[in-house]
Amino acid sequence: MTMLRFTRDHEYLRLDGDVATIGISDYAQAQLGDIVFVDLPKIGKKVTKGSELAVVESVKAASEVYAPVTGEVVEVNAELGEKPALVNDDPLAGGWLVKLRLENAGEVETLMDEGAYAGFVKTL
Amino acid sequence: MTAQPNHDGAPLAHLPLDALHRSLGARMAPFAGYDMPLQYASGIVSETLHTRQKAGVFDVSHMGQAILAGAGAARALESLTPGDLVGLAPGRMRYTQLLNEKGGVSDDLMVTRLPGVEERLLIVVNASRKADDFALIRERLPQFDFIPLNRALIALQGPRAAAVLGALLPGAEDLPFMSWRAFEESVSSFFVSRSGYTGEDGFEISMRADRAELFVKALLDNDGVAPAGLGARDALRLEAGLPLYGHDLDETTDPVEAGLSWSIGKRRRAEGGFPGFERIDAALRNGPPRLRVGLLPQTKAPVREGAILVSQSGEVAGHVTSGGFSPTLQRPIAMGYVAREYAAPGVSLATELRGNRIGVDVAPLPFVAHRYFKA
Repeated sequence: MTMLRFTRDHEYLRLDGDVATIGISDYAQAQLGDIVFVDLPKIGKKVTKGSELAVVESVKAASEVYAPVTGEVVEVNAELGEKPALVNDDPLAGGWLVKLRLENAGEVETLMDEGAYAGFVKTL
Repeated sequence: MTAQPNHDGAPLAHLPLDALHRSLGARMAPFAGYDMPLQYASGIVSETLHTRQKAGVFDVSHMGQAILAGAGAARALESLTPGDLVGLAPGRMRYTQLLNEKGGVSDDLMVTRLPGVEERLLIVVNASRKADDFALIRERLPQFDFIPLNRALIALQGPRAAAVLGALLPGAEDLPFMSWRAFEESVSSFFVSRSGYTGEDGFEISMRADRAELFVKALLDNDGVAPAGLGARDALRLEAGLPLYGHDLDETTDPVEAGLSWSIGKRRRAEGGFPGFERIDAALRNGPPRLRVGLLPQTKAPVREGAILVSQSGEVAGHVTSGGFSPTLQRPIAMGYVAREYAAPGVSLATELRGNRIGVDVAPLPFVAHRYFKA
């Protein structure tokens, strides 16, 4: 069973075994507006929780996406090269950014579940 | 994800149309002390394309509007700007700049000579600069009446603008480019100028603040007219190669290096009599040391304001003052200043973006051809 978790910085993580698919939340894509470019990391890059993982560029500004957990990049969404707007249209599925192989599965437990994140967004 | 930038906590002023913007689904953002519509539900790309294809309605009520009145007002205002204001026929308008003592631009503005026997100039200045501009004009030209106007200002821009406005205010569609007319209506007049800052044909319409909502709703009732926010306005003006104060223009830039020599009248070049004449005269005669240019990043990633440009040999060549993504061209575009030796279209420069070297080619402005109304 897959599990969806969120950070306070509006990244999401979908865990499938020891691989996490990471993207930005629907709230985040709506805040950014039209996304025109996504700068993705190289496969094999190791990132620590909270470090820069990718950059999402909207018409107005560049926004950093932080790694929700520590791990190694095992796949990136190459389709975003031609279709960055997938992040707007389908952030939780076709608009995913990066797949990370987790180093410390316990870190996932520090993230918000869907209900907690929905409550958090309401406070913004 | 990076948090959205917050303003500094000072209370924001609200536009007369604040409630309408929110009811139209606007995302509001602080700008120049105002809570402004950044974009509506359809988004910046769609609003930009819509304005180029049909017509966009922009609330620019945050800009400063004022009247300078009294015999000799145009001559007097020439002591602060390089524009030929004395030569303005009644009902005509010009783009010019307020200059500091060094010839740097302290703001850019539109000046309209209002019709009538009395000499009256209508000025429209940038929101971020209006307090300083108004204080300067009052201080330097105390012998004239200076009357700030608390009116709403709406821009209607795009190829459908003339037909739409002409149906509401008959005759507006025949106004020549860069001219002004008051349209009397039962309660108060609409000030209409054929102008704008998008590169498209269009109008700016000033009206009493309490009349603005009804007027904008009447505009939006037309097929092909959609609200557009500050984000689209910025994309449009960048595509049109038009400089934005605080980004492409500031106290350090003079109008010649900014590519605004065309706005300095022939008589003014000969006679001088404006601040910083020595620098501007030298720049006009010899060419300025640096120039505002168009820039085309050779990547899909936008290159933003502040990026440093280097030559092929690694010398610093200039910097980017405005950069973003062009919805019309579907690619990144930018403007900036480069030393004159690098200013020719086609020159290859480079910048660094997140650790990568990105080629940036100097390009002619505008990126999207102007479509101003020619009668």
